[in-house]
Amino acid sequence: MKLKVGEDHGAVSRRAFLQRSALGVAAIAITPAGALINASEAWGLEVKGLKPQTMKTLILVARDIYPHDKVPDRFYAVAMKSYDDSAAKDPAAKAATEAFVAALDGAAGAGGYAGLGWEAERVAVLRAMSHDPMFQTIRGGLVVSLYNNHDLWPIFGYEGESYSKGGYLHRGFDDIDWL
Amino acid sequence: MSAKFDQNDDSVVVIVGSGAGGGTLGNELAQKGVKAVILEAGPRTEYTDFVNDEWESFGQLAWKDMRTTSGDWRVHKDFPNLPAWIVKSVGGSTTHWAGASLRLQEHELKTATTYGRVPGANLLDWPITLADLEPYYARAEDKMGVTRTNNLPGLPGNNNFKVLKAGADKLGYKECHTGRMAINSIERDDRNSCHQTGFCFQGCKWGAKWSTLYTEIPKGEKTGNLEVRPDSHVAHIEHDASGKVTGVVYFDKAGKIQRQKARIVAVAGNSIESPRLLLNSASSKFPDGLANSSGQVGRNYMRHLTGSVYAVFDKPVHMYRGTTMAGIIRDEARFDPKRGFVGGYEFETLSLGLPFMAAFLDPGAWGREFTAALDSYVNMAGLWIVGEDMPQETNRITLSDAKDQWGLPVANVNFDDHPNDLAMRAHAYKQGFALYDAVGATRTYPTPPYPSTHNLGTNRMSENPRDGVVNKNGQTHDIKNLFVSDGSQFTTGGAENPTLTIVSLAIRQAEFIADQMKGNVI
Ligand SMILES: Cc1cc2nc3c(=O)[nH]c(=O)nc-3n(C[C@H](O)[C@H](O)[C@H](O)COP(=O)(O)OP(=O)(O)OC[C@H]3O[C@@H](n4cnc5c(N)ncnc54)[C@H](O)[C@@H]3O)c2cc1C
Ligand code: SF4
Repeated sequence: MKLKVGEDHGAVSRRAFLQRSALGVAAIAITPAGALINASEAWGLEVKGLKPQTMKTLILVARDIYPHDKVPDRFYAVAMKSYDDSAAKDPAAKAATEAFVAALDGAAGAGGYAGLGWEAERVAVLRAMSHDPMFQTIRGGLVVSLYNNHDLWPIFGYEGESYSKGGYLHRGFDDIDWL
Repeated sequence: MSAKFDQNDDSVVVIVGSGAGGGTLGNELAQKGVKAVILEAGPRTEYTDFVNDEWESFGQLAWKDMRTTSGDWRVHKDFPNLPAWIVKSVGGSTTHWAGASLRLQEHELKTATTYGRVPGANLLDWPITLADLEPYYARAEDKMGVTRTNNLPGLPGNNNFKVLKAGADKLGYKECHTGRMAINSIERDDRNSCHQTGFCFQGCKWGAKWSTLYTEIPKGEKTGNLEVRPDSHVAHIEHDASGKVTGVVYFDKAGKIQRQKARIVAVAGNSIESPRLLLNSASSKFPDGLANSSGQVGRNYMRHLTGSVYAVFDKPVHMYRGTTMAGIIRDEARFDPKRGFVGGYEFETLSLGLPFMAAFLDPGAWGREFTAALDSYVNMAGLWIVGEDMPQETNRITLSDAKDQWGLPVANVNFDDHPNDLAMRAHAYKQGFALYDAVGATRTYPTPPYPSTHNLGTNRMSENPRDGVVNKNGQTHDIKNLFVSDGSQFTTGGAENPTLTIVSLAIRQAEFIADQMKGNVI
């Protein structure tokens, strides 16, 4: 995983900021070298197999499939990273992913998928493609790769492993106070 | 010390599967001095190695070998190769199970008589009555340390239970408590009491929940009469010219073919694998599979009605803390056809962690309506519906064209809901919504059935050999020294979680087998 959290992307952060303001949707910018940068979340992602814009769109697609406004982009990026990894290794996988995103862009019109400003507009494009096997693969994979990320659980208040803490016997298994 | 038997020793009882049925039978026989070998397809993973992590634990314990599905049930669409969520590991599904331990009701053993004719349903009375079962239920409850029996205290109620109880009170339900659970409410049987960890489905790391893995099996091994061979997948059962079974052929860990001779073979691979094994054992003498003169092997597959209701509140619940199945409402388990269906159902609390909630709340769903539910995860309460589903001849296990890693035809599970099942589920959802609405739910969700955890009926018991596969002792009608020892014996399913009955039948069967061996009848 090449997600570099906390790196200083000084030179591009301004660019990222500008791009975000311009698009009004994504906070992710693409560097001249083809990496994705999210300045406000302070991470960068090297894109090795896919077109950088494709990867960026996939991250947005992931958020549109499972939109959680309190979940930062990086979780969606981590969850979708495998598509770039596969594309770097396997030309057929690359072609399939590029074709899927190209189809989304085509259906979205002039500005492409990422150019649609409202989630509802993008979701309409996704709904129309929801029987596409590639959509099914993405959604089916994402439901595990997104929600099984242990770092994500605290955002939802799920506490995970409890044996090492002695279970909840003395930690609130019956602490409900509003009934 | 665990026994080690020669593969040519034809005096042993070979048991296929080490779960609720097989593990119990093995120990019970061993205690009576009968030599037994349990062949278990899965590995031996001790409870100290269990993990508090839903997907990782699934990878560690669940049955993931190929299976296929068909029929109108939603599982076929959402999980085409995962008809059941059960275990392949020493201990079988008693590693995953929640521990709810209920007796069948008297009328549920006589459904043909009580319910009358239900079109499309292959109802049949069990060849045994509640009175026959009662002494064995008592022994099983004692063995398993079931709460609220034998003066064992109930477990304390967790948050999820408290919400359920508040709703039950508002609706006027009378029988609501923290259940009869095979979970230690006090230290007992050299095992811990429950620490409310909340990972009952992932194997209890405290050993507080009964599982054959760390109760029956080591106790049996200690007698020197029981050997458990993990990583041993039984491919087929062999017989001689007279039709008596003589042993089994199995694949060992390295994939090498092995043979274990036997005086008796008892099949306890759970209700999908047991009929598959009988069908895969077809021979020129038994072209339709072993013990299948009735044509009933694999038929009448039942999975309990099921479904869940999750509800979101404006305040926190933290339902995942504490026992997964933390309480029960029994009022709807009665027989009362005025509700528009025969049979009854139980409400039991249930909780899933965030990863499984995402996968099972509404499989395949996406978008904001779905994610809004997960955003409120901490404020969620949940219950599971367990009801009697109708046995149907066409709901069945057959051999699929697909093959497993050993090259053996896999099981296909075909299931269609019966109209009675649909009517009962609709009623249960309505009551579940009302229950949570009564305590102030802002949203309720009708979650569809998960891949089946209760798999029943595919080698059913019958008085008449024409109607089923085994007699009241679990002995096949066709072959005297071939037994079925798991939930596939169930003639009908009842509304209650099945394991206490499976264990009771195994205790009873062990007595029968030991007697028959002593008398040299088999
Ligand atoms: C998540 C979950 C929760 C549950 N909660 C409850 C509950 O609260 N109350 C309740 O009563 N029940 C519950 N159950 C159901 C309960 O676990 C089962 O009813 C019970 O374990 C079934 O017993 P069995 O002997 O039929 O099969 P199992 O316990 O499944 O054992 C079968 C064993 O046979 C092995 N096997 C199969 N084929 C072969 C072969 N060819 N060769 C060798 N070995 C083979 C399998 O690997 C497995 O280990 C739950 C189940 C699950 C999954
Ligand atoms: S809640 Fe109790 S029974 Fe369940 S896993 Fe934890 S200690 Fe075991």
